[in-house]
Amino acid sequence: MQAAPSESTALATYSAEVRQLLFTYVVQLADTSLILGHRLSEWCGHGPILEQDLAMANIALDLLGETRSLYQYAAELEGKGRTEDDLAYLRSAVEYRHPLLVEQPNGDFAHTIVRQFLFDNFHYPFLQQLKSSPDERLAGIAEKAVKEAAYHLKWSSEWIIRLGDGTLESRQRVEKAIASLWRYAAELTTPTATEKALQEAGIIPDYAALQPAMVAHVARVLEEATLPTPPATTFGLAGGKEGRHSEHLGYILTELQYVQRAYPGLTW
Amino acid sequence: MVATALTKARIWELLDEVLDPEVPVLSILDLGIVRGVQVAGEQVTVHITPTYSGCPAMNTIATDIRLRLLAEGITQVTIHNQLSPAWTTDWMTPSGREKLEAYGIAPPVDGTATGHMLNLFGQDTAVRCPNCKSDNTRLVSQFGSTACKASYQCNDCHEPFDYFKCH
Repeated sequence: MQAAPSESTALATYSAEVRQLLFTYVVQLADTSLILGHRLSEWCGHGPILEQDLAMANIALDLLGETRSLYQYAAELEGKGRTEDDLAYLRSAVEYRHPLLVEQPNGDFAHTIVRQFLFDNFHYPFLQQLKSSPDERLAGIAEKAVKEAAYHLKWSSEWIIRLGDGTLESRQRVEKAIASLWRYAAELTTPTATEKALQEAGIIPDYAALQPAMVAHVARVLEEATLPTPPATTFGLAGGKEGRHSEHLGYILTELQYVQRAYPGLTW
Repeated sequence: MVATALTKARIWELLDEVLDPEVPVLSILDLGIVRGVQVAGEQVTVHITPTYSGCPAMNTIATDIRLRLLAEGITQVTIHNQLSPAWTTDWMTPSGREKLEAYGIAPPVDGTATGHMLNLFGQDTAVRCPNCKSDNTRLVSQFGSTACKASYQCNDCHEPFDYFKCH
């Protein structure tokens, strides 16, 4: 890493307690982008057509870029000498803090699109708010990533419409994906104890305030896709943000961490 | 040894000779990714900002800056990667835009994109074909060969081309 990240003026002013909360939270954000980026990168060379193969690889790269900025910040917050690579490659499954949605397998293209749409529909409005965080590093990362997230949301929204209002086959597949993945959406906006504390401290956005825009965008896209709106979730699957993961994560990490585990300290 | 005292102006001149590794007709100044230079004695600090979060060219650019300055005997170089304010295609210089088109990549045509991004299937801005200069072109995909480009095709000469998308 030749280019040193700029110093955060806020770092010195946080209490040990806030610093610990922020570390946990920034790792959660980084894990989320890392795991979803990894899932999308699994499509590389397997996309349905070349342009969409490229699109998924591009989105994966954007997410990985966001991941690096976040892990670098997390490593500084922790201040124990761990690097971004240590955080990405050398933790066990229970230490990962991403929501369950992003570790769900790719399935078919419709499944990947629905997973991406649910994530983008949170990610974009979330980053728009995070830009105004008093934490300068998080605000800077958000300011950068929000422009990319806008392209992602446009892409996944347009694909929901193409598939829903497409052929009988594409419609059946996207309906099946919605039935399977919708239950994971609520975790994105359900705050954990860490998130609640940071929201009360005014450092991260209040998720409830994001809801109206998120609900409106889903309604608009599903209507244009001629798809029925799924009933409001009465129960959702959650726990990933607190380290309780599905069986899928172990398989992801086996592949993701293989090189660092087999050749400790290897660099690019 | 540095023969003469280092000046900021000299550093800027040298930085204009560092080319973007992925679009090698543009200098890093044409792209607008150098945000500041400080000189204190023999210590030089260069502030750069990434075009995209995951741009793999950033490490190469940082190395190229060091190598260019090293060739002039400047060894004490610090490179700061700054994220805010976020890079925008608005910072690309007019001469950079001309060089880009001559190279076969359509330059960004309007301001920062975020405002109209959620205009789903919206009318995309007319992008001029860098090959035959026709405005009759179509978007193939918002994503292209690198993070900063979209794929277009000309409806007149049928040439597929890259468009440096607004950001």
